[in-house]
Amino acid sequence: MSASPNIAVQFKNVTKAFGETRVLNNVSFHVEQGQVLCLLGRSGTGKSVTLKIMMALMCPDSGEVWVDHENVVGRSENDLSHVRRKLGYLFQDAALFDSYTLNENLALPLRRLTKKSKGEIDETIHRALTSVGLGSDGAKYPSALSGGMRKRAGLARAIILEPKILLADEPSSGLDLITASEIHELLLGFKKEHGTAMIVVTHDVHGARRIADRIAVLDKGDLVAFGSFDEVARSESQVARRLIMV
Amino acid sequence: MLWLEKLFEFVGRVGIFGARVIVDAVQPPFEFDQVSRQLAEVGNKSIALIVVSGFALGAVMTLHTRNTLVTFGAAAMIPAVQAVSFFVEIGPLVAGLLLAGRVGSGIGAVLSNMRASEQIDAIESLSIDSFKFLVVPRVLACVIALPILTLFMDFAGLVGGFMSEALTSHIPLQLYLNRAFDNLQWSNFVAPTLKTTVFGFIIGAVSSYFGYTTDKGAKGVGEAATNSVVISSLFIIVADVLLIKCIFFLFPDTAI
Repeated sequence: MSASPNIAVQFKNVTKAFGETRVLNNVSFHVEQGQVLCLLGRSGTGKSVTLKIMMALMCPDSGEVWVDHENVVGRSENDLSHVRRKLGYLFQDAALFDSYTLNENLALPLRRLTKKSKGEIDETIHRALTSVGLGSDGAKYPSALSGGMRKRAGLARAIILEPKILLADEPSSGLDLITASEIHELLLGFKKEHGTAMIVVTHDVHGARRIADRIAVLDKGDLVAFGSFDEVARSESQVARRLIMV
Repeated sequence: MLWLEKLFEFVGRVGIFGARVIVDAVQPPFEFDQVSRQLAEVGNKSIALIVVSGFALGAVMTLHTRNTLVTFGAAAMIPAVQAVSFFVEIGPLVAGLLLAGRVGSGIGAVLSNMRASEQIDAIESLSIDSFKFLVVPRVLACVIALPILTLFMDFAGLVGGFMSEALTSHIPLQLYLNRAFDNLQWSNFVAPTLKTTVFGFIIGAVSSYFGYTTDKGAKGVGEAATNSVVISSLFIIVADVLLIKCIFFLFPDTAI
């Protein structure tokens, strides 16, 4: 069992390799409910893999992954279904379904995973899109949106079921500073409103400083630093200090 | 013999993939909405291609066979030859190959693009079985659409043949149709048309296999599209030989 009842996500000695390449090496950390953890590290150090393991889209080679007090490792797809419902996932490029309008993109999880009526679904979608500033864009296809709008639409889909835990893979990558700042505002607003735990993979140190309660730094598969921003800045790891001081 | 080993491994993998489609297709939840979406994509958008190709092929075939049959004093057989050849072989096979080109490449490209852009992961993250949601409806749409498209092909071919013959010999439509269907039996029509359900399954399953299982990112999109067309066309031709043998065994009177 995960130790504290307040822990939302916990990694215990997780290892993952692709062939000869070890991506995660005995990684352990935890995130408490209502906290934002930012995962920092150079490209290819296993940050996105960490998120996919949390969502059980990948299985670790060894170790335990606790999501809301349930170990997701080795579970069948049917068992994972109710765990995944507690999680929202904002993908790096939003991963909106190209052939669906924004309304349809957001309606899909509501139709499949809730018993809401059509009217309630429409209302929920409108509310979610309005909350990310896309209230009048529901009929548009993803191809008609800018990068920032796609990210916001991806966020709307990720939070539409009001998850207890939100995973965000580089939410501000490829965006200008103002749009990136707006995305961070949205994440903070959602955390404040719902008390959601968030694990955010990012290269944006300034953004991380703004939104994170905890920072974890991965380097070559190892967790080299974990703690508050100031603690990581004082850590023994040179990589962590260099990342933070950018 | 490494290539032979790889060939068997590939056929085995596609076979397992196809078997999973069949198992998932008969288990709830049923994705009716997705099937109808895919039917519109596979069927509606292919009708123009099929009809125009069938018409042109029918006209060309009549032009080619006419001289030979006239030489042997068998000009009256032109409608019958046209009908039998279209209903028994040309219609089903050409419709299958055309669909493999138009739809197979599309399925391969769309699914591999969805894999590369994490859309398939997004579906899984919503607790939706991506295989049932994306692959099964596409295969079912091909299985349902191809026999119907084959009928369009057959009749377009017949119309093309009639137009070509009417311009040359001024044969009336009624006489052309009488001669075309005089020697045609139901078994000449039903079994070959139904065999296209197998072609449809091959197109859907092979194309989905290449698109769904790719792990090469953007590079895999082009590869999946090309492989989908080439391999499903090849499988269709091989399956045609086997199915014709089966049809002859089950309906001996269909052998021309």
